[in-house]
Amino acid sequence: MTDVSRIRNFSIIAHIDHGKSTLADRMLEQTGALSARDMRAQVLDSMDLERERGITIKAQAVRLRYQAPDGEYLLNLIDTPGHVDFSYEVSRSLAACEGAILLVDASQGVEAQTLANALLALEHGLEVIPVLNKVDLPAADPDRVAEEVAGVLGEDPERVLRVSAKTGEGVGALLEAIVERLPAPSGDATAPPRALVFDSYYDTYRGVVCSVRMFEGRISTGDRLRLMVTGETPDADEVGVLTPRVVPVAELGPGEVGYLITGIKEIDRIRVGDTVTRDDLRAAGPLPGYREPKPMVYSGLFPTEGDDFERLREALEKLRLNDAALVFEPETSRALGFGFRCGFLGLLHMEIVRERLEREYDLDLVATAPSVAYRAVLSDGGEVEVHSPQDLPDPGGRTAVLEPYVRAMILTPSDYVGTVMELLQQHRGEMGSMQYLSPERVELVYRVPLAEIVFGFFDQLKSRTRGYASLDYEPDGYRESDLVRLDVLLNGTPVDAFSAVIHTDRAYTYGRRLAERLRELIPRQMFDVPIQAAVGSRVIARETVKAKRKDVLAKCYGGDVTRKRKLLERQKEGKRRMKMVGQVEVPQEAFISVLRVDED
Amino acid sequence: MAAAEARPDAPDLADAAAAWRGAYVHIPFCRRVCPYCDFAVVAGAGEHRGRYVEAVLAEIGMAEPFGPLQAVAFGGGTPTQLAAADLVRILHALAERFGIDRGAEVSLEANPEDWDRPTAAALAAGGFTRVSLGAQSFDRAVLTDLGRLHRPDDTRRAVAEARDAGFAHVNVDLIFGSPAEDDRSWEGGVAAALACEIDHLSTYALTVERGTALSKAVAAGAPGPVADVQAARYEWAMTEAAAAGFVRYETSNSARPGSACAYNLLTWAQGEYEAFGTGAHRHRDGARAWNVRRLDRYLERVEAGRRPQSGSESLDAAGREQERLLLGLRRAAGAVPGRAGEALLASPWGRRLVEAGVLESRDGRLIVARPLLGDEVSRAVLALDLDG
Repeated sequence: MTDVSRIRNFSIIAHIDHGKSTLADRMLEQTGALSARDMRAQVLDSMDLERERGITIKAQAVRLRYQAPDGEYLLNLIDTPGHVDFSYEVSRSLAACEGAILLVDASQGVEAQTLANALLALEHGLEVIPVLNKVDLPAADPDRVAEEVAGVLGEDPERVLRVSAKTGEGVGALLEAIVERLPAPSGDATAPPRALVFDSYYDTYRGVVCSVRMFEGRISTGDRLRLMVTGETPDADEVGVLTPRVVPVAELGPGEVGYLITGIKEIDRIRVGDTVTRDDLRAAGPLPGYREPKPMVYSGLFPTEGDDFERLREALEKLRLNDAALVFEPETSRALGFGFRCGFLGLLHMEIVRERLEREYDLDLVATAPSVAYRAVLSDGGEVEVHSPQDLPDPGGRTAVLEPYVRAMILTPSDYVGTVMELLQQHRGEMGSMQYLSPERVELVYRVPLAEIVFGFFDQLKSRTRGYASLDYEPDGYRESDLVRLDVLLNGTPVDAFSAVIHTDRAYTYGRRLAERLRELIPRQMFDVPIQAAVGSRVIARETVKAKRKDVLAKCYGGDVTRKRKLLERQKEGKRRMKMVGQVEVPQEAFISVLRVDED
Repeated sequence: MAAAEARPDAPDLADAAAAWRGAYVHIPFCRRVCPYCDFAVVAGAGEHRGRYVEAVLAEIGMAEPFGPLQAVAFGGGTPTQLAAADLVRILHALAERFGIDRGAEVSLEANPEDWDRPTAAALAAGGFTRVSLGAQSFDRAVLTDLGRLHRPDDTRRAVAEARDAGFAHVNVDLIFGSPAEDDRSWEGGVAAALACEIDHLSTYALTVERGTALSKAVAAGAPGPVADVQAARYEWAMTEAAAAGFVRYETSNSARPGSACAYNLLTWAQGEYEAFGTGAHRHRDGARAWNVRRLDRYLERVEAGRRPQSGSESLDAAGREQERLLLGLRRAAGAVPGRAGEALLASPWGRRLVEAGVLESRDGRLIVARPLLGDEVSRAVLALDLDG
């Protein structure tokens, strides 16, 4: 067990591309741990051993030994995901630390997500060390960015460190600052233990492996444990630390960060955010802040081949082993057959899941347009959550529809403030506040319906500000809205997969654009295909895909029958990317085109 | 073969052709290569012609016994780039090796500019009964655009000379939808062709084939054929031909009664045929096979006493059944449904084709009622899983 005064636990908060992993590599090197390359080599070399031991490495927390002038310190670097979808995980990671490094690209300046996470760190009572990276680049403007960062954090610009993670310049000073500025953890080693589970993953051989941060007491191999939220009482089969090699230890004490293996095989039996204590020496209460990860965005996933339904179910179940935030339930679509309505933390999460299903499980999928979770107040006073446009009760059966709102924080160069405000207004945003972080950078806080954010807002924000504005958001309750369901009829038949819940004011424009877009995407068929967008029985837009007139190879073949057949075989393969909806062949991309409808 | 005045689209005729036997001879030589052509052709190469004739004769000598033949076709390339006497020698070799039925169709392709009275007379005397003239258009600008070397009058003259020489059947090939063509030039061309003394009309849609000069030009931004325009031109030609007494019996072919092309009928009935020359495709004993395309390789192989075959394909029973339907449905007479046809009608694609009026079930046969959408039917046939 390590003397707590010699431990420092910290995260690096950084925007993508601002150099987080390069800095981490440099810190590993300068503390005599492994370089990233060595690390990979080492992992490969010890693969057989790892296999035998049955544990795979996921360097969620790495222990560094740092030789300071006054002796050795153990620095635990705890990784945080970088995307807004995973802000819950970020907050769990921060909860395991006493401090954080806010790493900002000296030419780019602060981004909204980074700032949001830095503010989250301050809220958690963490000490934040602001650091500018890439100071060696010609485009760097460290003085300006230092002012900006200091302004956000209420720090003295002089205290903003400057490094080049690439060359290693300034990294020594940073390591020294970690020891000096960040507080050591505190905690009574003799108290009933309390450890925070801040991450977990599923290992084929060992079951669920948890990353834990000890706050009080000790946990030893062999202890009978208790998970305070779920009530599970597993044994501690093994505890250890990552250096980044896997090193089992006899016990973990206050302030320490390590891993815990209990023999539990199902990931949802151990929740990230739960508190581990000893069953025979129970803590009085859990550590604060457990929150069930809640899906924000729903989408239907359907196999292109109906036969793949069971394979899709198995793949989703496997993914869920490592992704407790993924939820799904069977769904039947008249247009797409049998599939699953899946809930995701956000669009990125949705993309990741879909890509993994297609790549790792070799499934061909059609994904329907994402939808948020609405709430409908029924005429009888009840309330239902609506995850799919199809589930929205008819106007007669409901008295109100509520939609989720978010508190959106946007950081933009001041030149684009007008543009961004206009865009927010178009997306039904209501201004909360506006603050100049520096003469060049403005923070806007708006209240915006989540559905607006989900439907292309981020892309528009990026394109209208040439990529300079950034966005972060968090849930901000539900509000009643004037929402309707817009349906699309192909060839006179409603196609459930194209339905969308949309604000009344937008229904006409949306319906017209969707119909136009579908006309472009649906290939000409053997007959005219009318496309109608309708709200209730009222048709608000109509387009027609004209029948094709010629689809035949009317040429001379001179007896070469094989060639013609092979050509047709190839065309037939192209048709597999089509979905038959009634009598109409619809390309799979049409089902997600609904996403792009709002783009300029 | 057929009853003298049989309708070209008669089901009996269409089905009877399955039992016929044919032979195809490929003559690859051309004065120059047309920009749209992707057949096994070679421009010039005059010095190889003598060797080529000998090689074809040798290849015929190597063939397994087959026949007697009901249909012989010389295609290319340009068969008339060889001397009439050489073509006749090859024909006689075929007759000697396989036997040719009395009343068999013996057809050759010819370019109007190569055709003259002595050639026509020699070929007719040697046993050729049918000539297919590559007219392609009757508009000079279009002919130039298509890379053709003759003038509209050459075609008119060639038809007349063929008739005078005693050819029983004369066909004209037309190509529609080339960028230089407009409605007027097409309509004028169809009328001009029908005004000649022909008994068969082939109308082919200009198709952009990979690797051709046309394909490169289109890729570089030149205009290409437009499907809707081609559809309108096709329909116009079919109406005009019908008014002139022609009956469409296949997607691209119309004929007067008694003048359906036997070699065509044989191909679409999944009948068997031998084939000789570069790139030639044969169908024997249920297998399809093809020769090397390159002239030098072909000559080397045959002169070394080896067969010039470069590849083959044998379909299983289900594949052959699909092929039967695929080919048969190109005909106006359609095909008996059989196993593939029943499966097609029962499939969602088949039902959709019927609903769209593309496929019809009539008098115990399956018929493609909208031939311009024929490939929709073909793909549906190929999508069937007859083994399942």
